[in-house]
Amino acid sequence: MLEYLLAFLIVAGGVFTFIGSLGLARLRDFYTRLHGPTKATTLGVGCILIASAAYFSRLQGEPSLHEVLVTLFLFITAPVSAHLLAKAALHLELPSLTPRPGERDAPQE
Amino acid sequence: MIRRLLPHPLLTPVLALIWILLVNHFSLGHLVLGLVLGWAIPLFTLRFWPQETPIHRPLVLVRFVVVVLYDILVANLVVARLILGRPRRLNPVFVALPLDVTSDLAISLLANTITLTPGTVSAELSPDRRQLLVHALSADDPEALAHHIKVRYERPLKEIFEP
Amino acid sequence: MIDIALVIAFTLVGLAVAFTLYRLLRGPSAPDRILALDTLYVNTIALLVLLGIHLGSNIYFEAALLIALMGFVGTVALCKFLLRGDIIE
Repeated sequence: MLEYLLAFLIVAGGVFTFIGSLGLARLRDFYTRLHGPTKATTLGVGCILIASAAYFSRLQGEPSLHEVLVTLFLFITAPVSAHLLAKAALHLELPSLTPRPGERDAPQE
Repeated sequence: MIRRLLPHPLLTPVLALIWILLVNHFSLGHLVLGLVLGWAIPLFTLRFWPQETPIHRPLVLVRFVVVVLYDILVANLVVARLILGRPRRLNPVFVALPLDVTSDLAISLLANTITLTPGTVSAELSPDRRQLLVHALSADDPEALAHHIKVRYERPLKEIFEP
Repeated sequence: MIDIALVIAFTLVGLAVAFTLYRLLRGPSAPDRILALDTLYVNTIALLVLLGIHLGSNIYFEAALLIALMGFVGTVALCKFLLRGDIIE
C-alpha cells in the first residue's frame, strides 16, 4: 500500500516539475513565465522530497524527516525569489502582454 | 531577567527541532545540544531580529494555514491546466490591491501567500506600503480577484496580527 | 513499482532541465535567465533526491540542502544587482 502511495508521489512530483519548466519554456512574456516555476516546480519537488522521507523512514526503520527541512525551505524561499524577480522585471520595464500599471495612464496624459 | 536570557521563547524549541532534523537521529544528547544552540543563537543574533509580533488568534492562524495548503494544491492544478492549454488564450492582468494590513509581518505573509496560491504573483509593494501590485496569470474579472484575495487571505491575517 | 515510478520521474525531470536550459540560453532578458537558473537549481534538487532514492543512499541529502541554500542566495543577489546595480550596499 505504502509502495503505491510512494510511486504515486514520485510520479506526481515529476509531472509537476515537468509542467513548471514547460511553462517556463512555452509562455510568451516574462510575467506569465514567472508563474510556472514558482508554483508547479515547488510543489513537484515538495512531493518528491516527501516521498523520499517516507521511503527512507521505511528503509531504515526509524523516522528520517530531514527532507522536510528542504521542503519547508523551498516553500518559504520560492515566493521571495518570485517577488524579487517580478520587481526586477518591473524595474527594467520588460515588455508585457498586458499593460503595466505605469503604462495604462500614460496615453491619457 | 528571563526576558534577557531568553529573548525569543519560541525560537529556542524551533531551532532545537531543526537541529534534530538536521542530525536525523533522535537522542537525549542531541536534544540537549539543540536546546543549547537554540538558546545561544538568538542571544548572539539578537540585534538582527525584528520586533516580535504578538499572535492574537492562534485558531484562526491554524485555519489560515490549512486553507493556504489546500489552495496551493488547487492552484497547481489550475496553473498546470493553463500551461498545458493554449498560451494565446491566457488573459494575464496586473491588479493593484489596496492593503488594509499595516505590520511588516502581515504584509510579507500576505505577499508570500498570494505568490503561492491561484495563478497570482505579488510583484511590487508601493513605497507608501498601502498598495500591492499583483500579477494574475489569467483573470477575466480583476475586481473579483482583488475581492477574493482580500476576503480569503487578508481578513484572517488582519484578525491574527492586528485585531 | 517504485523502480518504474523512478524511471518515469527521472525522464520528466530530465526534460524539465532541458526546458530550463533552453530558456537559459534563449533569454531574451536578464530576469528570464535568472528565473531559468532558479528553476534549474530546484530541478537539480529533484534529480538529486530521486538519485538518492534510486541508490538507497542518504548521502545526497546534504548536497540538496546546500544547493537549496546557495541557490536562493544566488537568486536574491542577482535580483538585487538588477534592482540596484550593486549587491552589498
